[in-house]
Amino acid sequence: MDTEITLRVDGAAHPLAVDTRTTLLDALRERLRNTSPKKGCDHGQCGACTVLLDGRRVNSCLVLAVTVGDAEVTTSDGLAADGQPHRLHRSFVEYDAFQCGYCTPGQVCSAAGVIEEARQGWPSAVTGDVTDEPDLTDAEIRERMSGNLCRCAAYANIVPAVAAVAQSEGVRR
Amino acid sequence: MTTIDRLVGAGVDRIDGPAKVRGTAPYAFEQDPGEPIAHLAVVQSTVNRGRISRLDATRAEAMPGVLAVLTPASAPRLAEGLSSDLPVLQSLDVHYQGQVVAAVVAETSEIAAAAIGAVVVEYAAEEPDVVLSTDRADLYAPEQLMAGFDTDSVIGDVDGALAAAAVTIDATYETPTQHNNPIEMHTSMARWDGDSLTMWDANQGPHNIVNDLAKGFGLDRGQVRIISPYVGGAFGSKAFPHPNQMLAAMAARVVGRTVVFELTRPQMFTLVGHRTPTIQRVRLGADADGRLTAISHEVVEHTSKISEFAEQTATPTRVLYAAENRRTTHRLARLDVPPPTIMRAPGETPGMFALESAMDELASALGIDPVELRIRNEPTEDPERHVPWSSRHLVECLRTGAERFGWAGRDLRPRMRTEGRWLIGTGVASATYPTRRRKAQCRISVDGRGGTAPVRYLVEIDGSDIGTGAWTALSQIAADALGVAMDAVELHIGDSRLPRAGGAGGSTGLASWGSAIVLTARDLRRRLDDEFGGQVPADGVTVDGGIEGEGPHAKTHSMHAFGAHFVEVRVDADSGEVRVPRATSVYDAGTVVNAKTGRSQFIGGFSMGVSMALHEETLTDPRLGHYVNHDLAEYHVATNADIGELDISWLDHPDELANELGLKGIGEIGITGAAAAVANAYWHATGLRVRDLPITPDKYFRELGLT
Repeated sequence: MDTEITLRVDGAAHPLAVDTRTTLLDALRERLRNTSPKKGCDHGQCGACTVLLDGRRVNSCLVLAVTVGDAEVTTSDGLAADGQPHRLHRSFVEYDAFQCGYCTPGQVCSAAGVIEEARQGWPSAVTGDVTDEPDLTDAEIRERMSGNLCRCAAYANIVPAVAAVAQSEGVRR
Repeated sequence: MTTIDRLVGAGVDRIDGPAKVRGTAPYAFEQDPGEPIAHLAVVQSTVNRGRISRLDATRAEAMPGVLAVLTPASAPRLAEGLSSDLPVLQSLDVHYQGQVVAAVVAETSEIAAAAIGAVVVEYAAEEPDVVLSTDRADLYAPEQLMAGFDTDSVIGDVDGALAAAAVTIDATYETPTQHNNPIEMHTSMARWDGDSLTMWDANQGPHNIVNDLAKGFGLDRGQVRIISPYVGGAFGSKAFPHPNQMLAAMAARVVGRTVVFELTRPQMFTLVGHRTPTIQRVRLGADADGRLTAISHEVVEHTSKISEFAEQTATPTRVLYAAENRRTTHRLARLDVPPPTIMRAPGETPGMFALESAMDELASALGIDPVELRIRNEPTEDPERHVPWSSRHLVECLRTGAERFGWAGRDLRPRMRTEGRWLIGTGVASATYPTRRRKAQCRISVDGRGGTAPVRYLVEIDGSDIGTGAWTALSQIAADALGVAMDAVELHIGDSRLPRAGGAGGSTGLASWGSAIVLTARDLRRRLDDEFGGQVPADGVTVDGGIEGEGPHAKTHSMHAFGAHFVEVRVDADSGEVRVPRATSVYDAGTVVNAKTGRSQFIGGFSMGVSMALHEETLTDPRLGHYVNHDLAEYHVATNADIGELDISWLDHPDELANELGLKGIGEIGITGAAAAVANAYWHATGLRVRDLPITPDKYFRELGLT
């Protein structure tokens, strides 16, 4: 069964008809041909499809397109403003925080989510005193980025890439 | 031409980086075929061995949006001569669980996925035979191993030397079935124009995919074009063609439209290969000073009934240490399993876990420092081929690593350090991987626009970047060889229309493609100098060149990369949880072309070794014959939180005999020995020797005798 929806993606509205079974990921990749988010498992297990939904990170393979409504979908490509790379984009390249690059747009979106979550004071499983000011230590970044698998295992470079941006955003001491 | 600083060796940012971080670099599915794409999904066998007794696709065929259902009865006939599981849908026989028995092509992926559930298949099945053991009566010696290695090597009197040795170790190590699991699932998108096939495909070398498609569909090689500029990881599974390419091409021909087949994650466990499980008996004999007198490494592993893949597991044992008496053997069982394939450092990865664990056990038995034990057994020449090394700096790796890690003063005894609940230990292991190169052709053209326009060099070679950094490293190599800045080089790779080269595999990429580029560039410069007075003529110049294969010193020298890993392990005394907070690795890999992407290769290899040590295991149900944990929630790979501080460095010793660049290859050396270093540190922390990977928390209690 098809349903008419309008997806707001990276600042533009896209009216389209989708099968009610269509995930947000497949709507983006297969209907809109926005292939910034990647499919690595289609089961919410790898994080390659991570996008921001009204600023919060989600596995887009676990979101049905018909449930998105008016929420703003932001892909890694959409984090680039006016054609200029986002600070996280530059940091990931500088620290070589990827190899094949396939999980990377998801890692970047996840990192953007992590920084925002820290700014709002959300604790993680490794946070000591949850009343403290947020501080994205290496251990915090490792924990919070662990929903995004990287089979090339660039983890040791992802941590400093995120840390550098967290520092400049004031969420890492 | 201007003279500039050498780019080779510099830590240049990836040239494909800006597109990759934004997600705009087009992987296979993301290319534009120029017409609407139809989607393919497959029905897989639920038995390991038998024959299809009934197949009814009527319901699926009637579903709106279904374009075609392909079955063994209806699928186009492929030409004879395809091997392994490539003759897809050509027979009713089933050889492994997960074999494709039908395929649906539909307007959308949702319709295709739903329609496969409407295909009814019944089987006349036999009991699956999937359990590997050393006492199987049907173990056999293959004619040769992968990559042409001899099946066995026997030198001297191993049993006599073991009987006479002051100290002996006799231990059996096991590694489980493992799966490559690149994050980009294998994907093939096929389009026919008349009798010409274009395929956008995820692979490790477009030329490697052409042959079987041409053969299967009765085409000339020139009628098949494979395009793969960006590939989302591979680790071996994308080296050879698998059923996905055949199916996509077949389906596109049937429906007359572009068809894409993107595997699901569970299908990644059955349709594109795996690393064989191994059972390895290692026996070492040494004198009281720790000098090895005998090394025996006997391997039992599996292959499939429909193809032979004989992993070269004991081959590192042929080169790593000196000993007069030596024996390595490989025996296979043919099981009802999918065809195994290459997975990062096939052979060396499981083999080095066994050998380097045994060396640690020997060090412990002798009461000798395990670093010192390795140094005492350093061979002056290749101990089996009796030829000199092209270069070998393993001892320097061990000494440098020990210094950087802070090895000095380590207590030889296990279970001596605790911190609260944590048992702390450190371990070491060597690393080694062969240095080879393959035939590669290259074309370099320079345009003659002249005037004020900057001179541009077009470098064309069918190399492949599966995440290795080849886009950047080859541009650096070309720029240096041409004597120009990197932005004067336009590199084209990942397309079978380009000059033929071997794929990314065996750590041969830069050794092969890089050497081809260097020689072709030299030829171009010579022609410009000799024929055009050093100026680019108005209509430009094009030069074809390359290398034929192994270099002149390959037969007279033994060529290998080396390394040493030092690892700290913490084990929770209450839960058995294992952490790896820090590690040091030092490599003897010759020239490292790009210090930034090269370091990432070492990091990635080592981290995959940690993943192997602690997490990775595909479980096979012995009765039902299937892979039980066939997704990323159940097949665990290392996450960010599993990897600690990594201190990565390399020695500055270009190998002048290896190739034009003095490099030894770095894609695989990092994983070799890594799992043994972790296991050895685990023993040092706990006093428990786990000889079957992975070292999961339950084995802590098993070894303590509590389960």
